Amino acid sequence: MNLTALSHFSIPFLMGNSLNAWSEALVGFAPMGLPLGLVILAAIPLVFIAVYALTYGVYGERKISAFMQDRLGPMEVGKWGILQTLADILKLLQKEDIVTSSADKFLFVIGPGVLFVGSFLAYAVLPFSSAFIGANLNVGLFFAIGIVSIEVVGILAAGWGSNNKWSLYGSVRSVAQIVSYEIPAAIALLCGAMMAGTLDMQKINILQSGSWGFAHFFLFQSPIAWLPFLIYFIASLAEVNRAPFDIPEAESELVAGYFTEYSGMKFAFIFLAEYASMFMVSAIISIVFLGGWNSPLPNIGYFSLNDMTNGPVWGVFWIITKGFFFIFVQMWLRWTLPRLRVDQLMYLCWKVLTPFAFVSFVLTAIWEIYVR
Amino acid sequence: MQELDIAGLGSVRVTRKSDNVVVLEKDLATEQMLLAMGPQHPSTHGVLKLECLTDGEVITEAEPYLGYLHRCFEKYCENIDYPAIVPYTDRMDYLSGMNSEFAYAIAVEKLLDVEIPRRVEFIRVIVAELNRIASHLVAIGTYGIDLGAFTPFLFCFRDREHILSLLEWASGARMLYNYIWIGGLSQDIPADFNKRVKEFVDYFKPQVVELYKLLTENEIFVKRTKGIGIMPADVAINYGWSGPMLRGSGVKWDIRRNDPYSVYPELDFIVPVPDGRFSDVGDCLSRHLVRALEIDESLKIIEQCIDKMPGSQGFNPKAAIPKRIRPKAGEVYGRAENPRGELGFYIQSDGKSTKPLRCKARSSCFVNLSAMKDLSKGQLLPDLVAIIGSIDIVLGEVDR
Repeated sequence: MNLTALSHFSIPFLMGNSLNAWSEALVGFAPMGLPLGLVILAAIPLVFIAVYALTYGVYGERKISAFMQDRLGPMEVGKWGILQTLADILKLLQKEDIVTSSADKFLFVIGPGVLFVGSFLAYAVLPFSSAFIGANLNVGLFFAIGIVSIEVVGILAAGWGSNNKWSLYGSVRSVAQIVSYEIPAAIALLCGAMMAGTLDMQKINILQSGSWGFAHFFLFQSPIAWLPFLIYFIASLAEVNRAPFDIPEAESELVAGYFTEYSGMKFAFIFLAEYASMFMVSAIISIVFLGGWNSPLPNIGYFSLNDMTNGPVWGVFWIITKGFFFIFVQMWLRWTLPRLRVDQLMYLCWKVLTPFAFVSFVLTAIWEIYVR
Repeated sequence: MQELDIAGLGSVRVTRKSDNVVVLEKDLATEQMLLAMGPQHPSTHGVLKLECLTDGEVITEAEPYLGYLHRCFEKYCENIDYPAIVPYTDRMDYLSGMNSEFAYAIAVEKLLDVEIPRRVEFIRVIVAELNRIASHLVAIGTYGIDLGAFTPFLFCFRDREHILSLLEWASGARMLYNYIWIGGLSQDIPADFNKRVKEFVDYFKPQVVELYKLLTENEIFVKRTKGIGIMPADVAINYGWSGPMLRGSGVKWDIRRNDPYSVYPELDFIVPVPDGRFSDVGDCLSRHLVRALEIDESLKIIEQCIDKMPGSQGFNPKAAIPKRIRPKAGEVYGRAENPRGELGFYIQSDGKSTKPLRCKARSSCFVNLSAMKDLSKGQLLPDLVAIIGSIDIVLGEVDR
């Protein structure tokens, strides 16, 4: 698998195109013995989350929902309302940071932090390009599945610490939901890991490269890969509390669920965490099933589209595009479907998704051992 | 069987199976939590407060508390002239002001015994049915929100907007019309009104189908509403339910048919009653279906009214309005089919005054809401929201 040869887009000062070249160079960047490079390495996904949440996450979702609902969406602040999100952030910054007197202050304050850290930690193992990954763990996928569970602690802390009955309902629902849905989600991802034979995120990506573009993606490499793909997509909706599984924050039932009592920047943090998780699960599904940073375009005869559109910089483009596509689907579903009931949600998880995940697991194993 | 309360274990059930075998069973029922739902809550449709006793997600008891929007309608009526009451009826059920005015006008006209011009009757029916569609659109849209679907709500409000502009064109107001006066109308409809209404009907018919596809036939929506909050027909009648609520329970009762008023007997429309094919009769889905199907019937009525309406030559909408309304002594009960059920006005006159001695409004929402306690027992919290939504209350009419 010669990745360096594929790159037509390398930028010389970015020091070569070999695997993880950018991130390794950053780790090595330590002037005066200070690990500055590591800090920058961690800051890059953070900046990405902030920018994406502001532009696509908030403004984009408002415009997309407006389009679906025959409205205009924000139109007042700036041309087509593009400055609306900045105005909202300014408003949130100015807001009084209220901690209700009956709240458990410690839990109330750390709740949003833990929540955000939980989803942000998973970015460490997301390969944004063939040349960039925060931490090239050999159990990257396992880490990504596991670390997200920390979010549950944050949600429980936020809901319990608020000392509000609606928040308590929301957090208890949320914990039950996330813990349950991790099982089908993890089994579905295991199918992908089985096809790759590794849990290393970069290797999973590399195994899906090839001159036929999308045909090398795991989704098209096995006749049953669509099943774990769908299962993971549905389960990931529940894991990030998006509709039709937005039961923890069901606004018509629980007001706002576990963040009812939050205001100001703490509220913004909870939102940022939600958007971070949204991209995280979308990136994972595109890495495991849709080739991650690989170009989906095939080489057709004279036009070697695949060669032209691969490389570290193209990789960033592809993975973000794929991630954004899944976020768009998440938004699309949110603005179309009603919400399931708590027991129906659990039914779907334990009696539909989990058995099917097991079935797809066994079928994938058979396919991998005997056919491929 | 013996119940013990062991500290730290909660309630423990001790069952003696035989002499030697004792089964200790920890009771699953936990401490109940008192949950105040409302008056500020997104899905109580206004300022309704439900005090719920909850066991986990299960509601063991829900008690509605009313009166947050009480405006002394009945006391006011004793102090103002008959025509001046009309604007107050708008403010009862603010989503269907025309229908409320219509009911009040029917009651007073019964007391006065006046002859209403035919054109007035047709105009009244058109605006009332338009308003019924608008009201059902709000009911269906907000019901979607209650169940988590936001988009149908905005689609409903987009189409409702057209109706509101039509009614604004006719009456000058968007919601609180003061258009149907005792014995007539405040003014004739504008010249092209019928044409525009016809245009709206043609535009709206495909939108109804779209709404069916988006909401009514949605798998999750059906799952959330089918079999939830079932009200048997006999209990519904005992509670005094009316309108879509009663029809949802399978009782074919529509005042437009059963106690006809105005020109309804001449018009061809059916009273939709669920037959149990798509829903369990009496559940939330049946009530929703009745509202959805009634929109179609209202469209039919409007089309017929436009065709049958007499021309405007020599028409004076105020011709039959008495100069000074002073009914002879007596009492009357006039009622009409509102979007939410039977709205009735009981009016007592002493024969001397221009003000009613007593004017009582029989509110459909109030009566429908009274079954809340029965309906909510043992339901899940999300189902409680679905049930409140299916009752389709307007707190302005509940509290008056």
